[in-house]
Amino acid sequence: MNFDMGSYSVYIWPAYGVSALALAGVTLWTLVAWRRAKARLAALESAQGPTAQKS
Amino acid sequence: MQFLFRYANPHYFMRLSGAVLPFTAIATALCLGAGLYLSFSVPPDYQQGTTVTLLFIHVPADVVAELAYGAIAVCSLLSLVWRHPLSDTAARAAAPLGALFTALGLITGALWGKPMWGTYWVWDARLTSFLLLLFIYFGYMALWNAIEDETRAARLAAILALVGVVNIPIIKFSVDWWSTLHQGESIVSGKIAPVYLWPLLLMMLGYVLLFLTLWMIRIRTAILERRARNLMQAGTR
Repeated sequence: MNFDMGSYSVYIWPAYGVSALALAGVTLWTLVAWRRAKARLAALESAQGPTAQKS
Repeated sequence: MQFLFRYANPHYFMRLSGAVLPFTAIATALCLGAGLYLSFSVPPDYQQGTTVTLLFIHVPADVVAELAYGAIAVCSLLSLVWRHPLSDTAARAAAPLGALFTALGLITGALWGKPMWGTYWVWDARLTSFLLLLFIYFGYMALWNAIEDETRAARLAAILALVGVVNIPIIKFSVDWWSTLHQGESIVSGKIAPVYLWPLLLMMLGYVLLFLTLWMIRIRTAILERRARNLMQAGTR
């Protein structure tokens, strides 16, 4: 593997950096939202008791 | 019966996506890992030097930006014509992802344009129509948020999404129809050298799989949020 991008480094690394940050960020954000929705639904379901209708 | 039809689909989707997700997640990691390894193993291009490395993140972002829009358009059609209950949720869930990949395509493109064209930006057909795609995404998301009645919002957003489809072929063929600094298509026509083709294909597959994985999780999240809303309403009634 070769990470020496020569004089073009100033363009290549920011492009890779922004892409990596954005994709890691959106993955994290998506997982956090999923966990939050799951926890909220579980809390509501247990609060309403076992007879609560599943919709 | 109507009731069954309405709720059978989200349940089915939860089961199916729950089973598929681990595999798409692992496949995403494998493709991106192998793709990145190959991306940094290629020789410099004879014209573009080391900036050819930008190909492997620029083109995949653009492909997913357009794919996500296509997904929204198909879901919108399903929603308008067949009133499939899950399709509005799916269309709405794809929009922020599509917008993000569009932004990444624009940013990586600008950072490639500066060393190769001497400018970050030109108002030519390819770049302008791609910027328009970003604005269509923003408009689509704004429309969803602006209308409180969800059924009405879904209908109007679906119509907007279908009107915006005309932009997709314009983006695709802009490099053939108008003069541009942007290079032409080189994958299907086989003009790209194999040494660059393989990392590009792996990265494209990785980006597409990442989009599909995140999209599925976002639809699942929206389904749970809807269930929670329904429970809240049932509780207050």
